[in-house]
Amino acid sequence: MPQPILLVTRRLPAAIEARAARDYNAHLTASDTPMKDVVTQAAGAEAMICCPGDMFDAELIAALPATVKVIATFSVGYDHVDVAAARARGIAVVNTPDVLSIATAECAMLLILAAARRAGEGERMIRAGGWHGWAPTQLMGTLVSGRRLGIFGLGRIGRELARMARGFGMEIHYHDVARLPAELENGAVFHPTDGTFLPVCEVLSLHAPGGAGTRHWLNPARIAAMPRGAVVANAARGTLVDDTALIAALKSGQIAAAGLDVYDGEPRVNPGYLGLENVVLLPHLGSATTETRDAMGHMVMDGIDAVLAGRTPANLVR
Amino acid sequence: MKPKLVLACLVPTDVVTRAREAFDAVIAPGPNDMTVPEVVAAATAHKADAIAFTNTLPLNAAAIAALPPCVKVGATISVGYDHFDVAAAKARGLIATNTPGVLTECTADFAFMLMLDAARRGTEYDRVMRKGWRYRIGQGDLLGVRVTGKRLGILGMGRIGRAMAQRARGFDMEIFYHARTRLPPELERGATYCATFEEMLPHCDFLSVHAPGGPATDKIVNARTLSLLPDGAVFVNASRGGLVDEDALLEALTNGKLFAAGLDVFRQEPDYDLRFAALENVVLAPHVGSGSKETRNAMGYRALDNIASVLAGKGPIDPLWT
Repeated sequence: MPQPILLVTRRLPAAIEARAARDYNAHLTASDTPMKDVVTQAAGAEAMICCPGDMFDAELIAALPATVKVIATFSVGYDHVDVAAARARGIAVVNTPDVLSIATAECAMLLILAAARRAGEGERMIRAGGWHGWAPTQLMGTLVSGRRLGIFGLGRIGRELARMARGFGMEIHYHDVARLPAELENGAVFHPTDGTFLPVCEVLSLHAPGGAGTRHWLNPARIAAMPRGAVVANAARGTLVDDTALIAALKSGQIAAAGLDVYDGEPRVNPGYLGLENVVLLPHLGSATTETRDAMGHMVMDGIDAVLAGRTPANLVR
Repeated sequence: MKPKLVLACLVPTDVVTRAREAFDAVIAPGPNDMTVPEVVAAATAHKADAIAFTNTLPLNAAAIAALPPCVKVGATISVGYDHFDVAAAKARGLIATNTPGVLTECTADFAFMLMLDAARRGTEYDRVMRKGWRYRIGQGDLLGVRVTGKRLGILGMGRIGRAMAQRARGFDMEIFYHARTRLPPELERGATYCATFEEMLPHCDFLSVHAPGGPATDKIVNARTLSLLPDGAVFVNASRGGLVDEDALLEALTNGKLFAAGLDVFRQEPDYDLRFAALENVVLAPHVGSGSKETRNAMGYRALDNIASVLAGKGPIDPLWT
């Protein structure tokens, strides 16, 4: 029996491409940009792997050949896949939940530390040859150890961050739609409202979902309610932040420093950030470790294997 | 009458304020810290009881001999005292103090940041952003190394080394250490003791050095010891530049032996080896491990407290000789 056709819309880590080629008639690509002729390329395919940036809307899904049984997205988020349209055609959608939690929490902790301790600024100075000696007042940042950390959204990633932050002696506070059970809260202080949450946020890390409900959550009023000189990290969703407001606060000193991995409208980035010394900017690489990307790839492949074998995959988007 | 102080280096304004409250103080006018001749002249003219300074002042035997006899205490605003000839101070009867303890957490925060940054390629990514990004990064491109769950080796398990271990536990790291003597279990907290540095190295996915400087540890990180690390290890140094043979480190960073390094200290400062600046896989910092406002204030206060204690007849809090 010939191997089923698997269409991959983007270049993947080598280990995953090897597995795909071993188990399927894999149609791979060397491209890192979204595939323009997905429907044509999908001819005869039973499975497809896509990435954020590939727009699998209702129209595209309606045009896919009848052979397609599963669409696997190489991501946790599936805003780019119209799951209802896929379901209507009997196409399963699988994603990669959980496996990025640790890498993303690591990224958030790095953003907090690097922003607070002015890592980028020090790097640029020293690489430019502008280091003229040590001084007690040079490049003074903000101490992270022992500070109060406010986490907006205490889901899996937020809880991983809380665990890491406890090793730095940080006091953990959180704001979420509902209070967590004590075993997940693990001593973190719950704030049902912004009113008590924001004033304790010497460091604020965002871990809430995107969407209309949280769009531009970090706005001028909320920034003003934080302690002066606070540090902000966002490794979650770019849309959570009103960039104009954050840039103004970074200039005024209300926010001492910020670390960002995600942007509203990325890969476009508000140019107001680029000239600022007190921001650490990463190009949405919160999950970018070899271990995590391989784990994501294997999870995607496991999901495809399950669907084509007639089983229900653990990572089915419902 | 307030005791007389020469404050020879630039310090945060809160420290200046406290120095003026507690002392009749002559304070370095800037923009640079005072030189040895300037300190000697100021101490003589001011009839100073004490001088406070940092590692910008090479207080060697000749400099100590040149100080007027009225100076009873020299307080360095730093933990390290490579710049302060303690033996000569003792011979002259000059009480010598430093500022240990107050920068432990701050320095461990910074060392851990260097480790995360080097592993996760943070500053390299920041350079991508500041050039405008504007290209797709493939799912297999620019990947870093995960820190969580890996093995961390710590050379020197003093206060800062233990604070580093504490942070690493939040990342589920398995901790190995080498120090001259094994720690009691309550300080070891499950870390695995290695009797020699060499014995520890094959276990180190990450290696962070927190040892004192000096001849015994000079270039302890060299071609031979680096070769004992697993391939793709990450090296962190936020303690002493003298611990490292920088030629060997540069070689290991370019031949793939090391995945990356995070460096806050160098053999030559500030004129560090510019070959590091040509590499993408190093995170470089200008010796700012203690560089938070809170810590720099605490260091300045600690030096002033040491001086006040000595001049009040209560002896030094942090003596460098006894």
